[in-house]
Amino acid sequence: MLTVEKLSVKAGERLILDEVSLTIPAGETHILMGPNGSGKSTLLRVIMGLGDLEVVSGRIIFQGRDVTKLPIDERARLGIGLAMQHSPSLPEVTLKGLAQVLGDRYKNDWRSLATALNCDYLLERGLNDRFSGGESKRAELLQLLIQRPQLLLVDEPESGVDLVNIAVVGKALHQLLKQGKIKDREHSGLVITHTGHILNYLNADQGYVMINGKLVCEGNPRDLFEEISKHGFEGCVACAECKRR
Amino acid sequence: MRRVQAEIKKVQERLKEAAWEAREKPGAYGDDFDPAVFINDHSELNGRERELSAKLREVALLSGFDPEEKQRSASYLQKDADVLYEKVTGLYDGQVEIMSIERALEEYDWLWDYWWKTVDVDADKFTAYTELYQKGGYFIRILPGAKVELPIQSCLMMSEQEGSQRVHNIVIAEEGSSAEIVSGCTTVPQVETGMHLGVTEFYVKKGAHLSFTMVHNWAENFYVRPRTGVLLEEDASFINNYILLKPVKSLQTNPRAILKGRRSRARFNSIIHGRAGSILDLGSVLELIGEETRGEAISRAAADDQAQVLMRGKLLAYSNSAQARLECKGMLLSEEARMQAIPELEVIKAPRADLNHEAAVGPISREAIEYLMTRGLTEEEATSLIIQGFMKVGIDGLPEILEKMVDEMAKSISEGGL
Repeated sequence: MLTVEKLSVKAGERLILDEVSLTIPAGETHILMGPNGSGKSTLLRVIMGLGDLEVVSGRIIFQGRDVTKLPIDERARLGIGLAMQHSPSLPEVTLKGLAQVLGDRYKNDWRSLATALNCDYLLERGLNDRFSGGESKRAELLQLLIQRPQLLLVDEPESGVDLVNIAVVGKALHQLLKQGKIKDREHSGLVITHTGHILNYLNADQGYVMINGKLVCEGNPRDLFEEISKHGFEGCVACAECKRR
Repeated sequence: MRRVQAEIKKVQERLKEAAWEAREKPGAYGDDFDPAVFINDHSELNGRERELSAKLREVALLSGFDPEEKQRSASYLQKDADVLYEKVTGLYDGQVEIMSIERALEEYDWLWDYWWKTVDVDADKFTAYTELYQKGGYFIRILPGAKVELPIQSCLMMSEQEGSQRVHNIVIAEEGSSAEIVSGCTTVPQVETGMHLGVTEFYVKKGAHLSFTMVHNWAENFYVRPRTGVLLEEDASFINNYILLKPVKSLQTNPRAILKGRRSRARFNSIIHGRAGSILDLGSVLELIGEETRGEAISRAAADDQAQVLMRGKLLAYSNSAQARLECKGMLLSEEARMQAIPELEVIKAPRADLNHEAAVGPISREAIEYLMTRGLTEEEATSLIIQGFMKVGIDGLPEILEKMVDEMAKSISEGGL
């Protein structure tokens, strides 16, 4: 589904990603962990094509196609979707207005999805305009459920969300990634998590640890999370056995 | 009768005299120009034409005037100085009166009591010129208790190059009545320059409701100076929707609503797209005099090309129980455009009055456009959705015709690229 090949990325003069490589096969969900400022969000943003990031070297291959230089909207239409950690506020665009546009485009019943996500009362409001953390996440997931991307990039789904809403977010991600029966799995995901709560809702296949723009370790996501919980990211750096295979 | 005529003559003389004195007085706001340039023989009331050609019908339609008069209760159309429509459709006979102001002044002596009562004749040279060279304008009266469901329409059209219109309109919504007026001001495509001076006085009587929607559709080198006053009695309400989407050389207006009656309400909604080299100075004034009066003035402006847009707003409270809100929001669509927002709040011996304002001016956020693009919208679609929303959000109950105009405008801006 997605292959990132030796991707190096600069923001201004600063190297943010340093020869990052990973592969996510169809139907798999991978987890990305790492300390603040390690480049995790940048990786998701550059896969989506966002912002003033300069790809210095390397490639992003999505479903066999090099998308490294494609504009954001083309990547989205090919099937890449992004749930941001902090979505910008768009007071001018109501959630309903956007849901309608997306519903028409992707031929989806946005109304029933809005009800299922408890978003009905948010529909007439400006997008993310004074939304709480949970509201913002649910509004974001509503858009993604209408869009139904093949590859879902999720940046810290738990951030700013209370325990009740984590369950809602977790279930929606489960639905988006079609993680019902293993044989039906076609949708892939790359999910950033700090707290690991979201692991309770997802069948994650692979985990990575990113430090200073490099993927320094990979393995079973639950094992990785357990190690990090015990020893912190310093432990990862120190771990001689954690060289990438 | 003779005495009445003599009194009217005296009033007329006094007004002419005051106007003559003010004929060189610059406007309080806006760029200055000499209205005398546009006073010529062409714009005399000549009665040459009695019908709209097919081409002019299209022009009228663009400003919201339906020449077929379908779904309209009454119609008034003035081309240059000629009155082509002044008609009430059958069903609304006895509920609405519509005619040229000249005819109305002849028919009703009492109308002089409403003449120059909410706008000062000597406010500036533009009011003075309107009085000195006035030709036409409409008189619309909604009779007591009449509930007029279908809109009343009016159109002031200009077809003469370098000509001018100097109209004085009076609208009276009598006690307990309600109506909606859709009014368009427009030029035919071959006209490049000219001037429009329009004085409009609204009288909204006790318990009446009046909604007035004005679409401005001028030529690129046009000079426009509307002067508007609204007087509201007890429990009266007035909504003014103003939309300007086409380029115009210079336009300055600052309508004033006087909320005299207890519990009267007024709302000004303005949607402005400044284009080309337009110089726009647009505002509104709400004077909250009566107890429990409520006011709102909401403007949305987008400045494109080299346009200069100034948004004003002034709330004046004289009553402790008055509440009003002012909101000016501007979006810059080009590097060369200029925009300024000047909100003013003033409380006069009413320490418990509640006035507030919100003003913001800025470009479209790149982050917002990219966010929508992550959902598969093209850059043009994302821009259009943002502009469309920006122009309409916060403005309640926009008539359908304006909704469509704003949508088309947003689409055309984004297609042209930012």
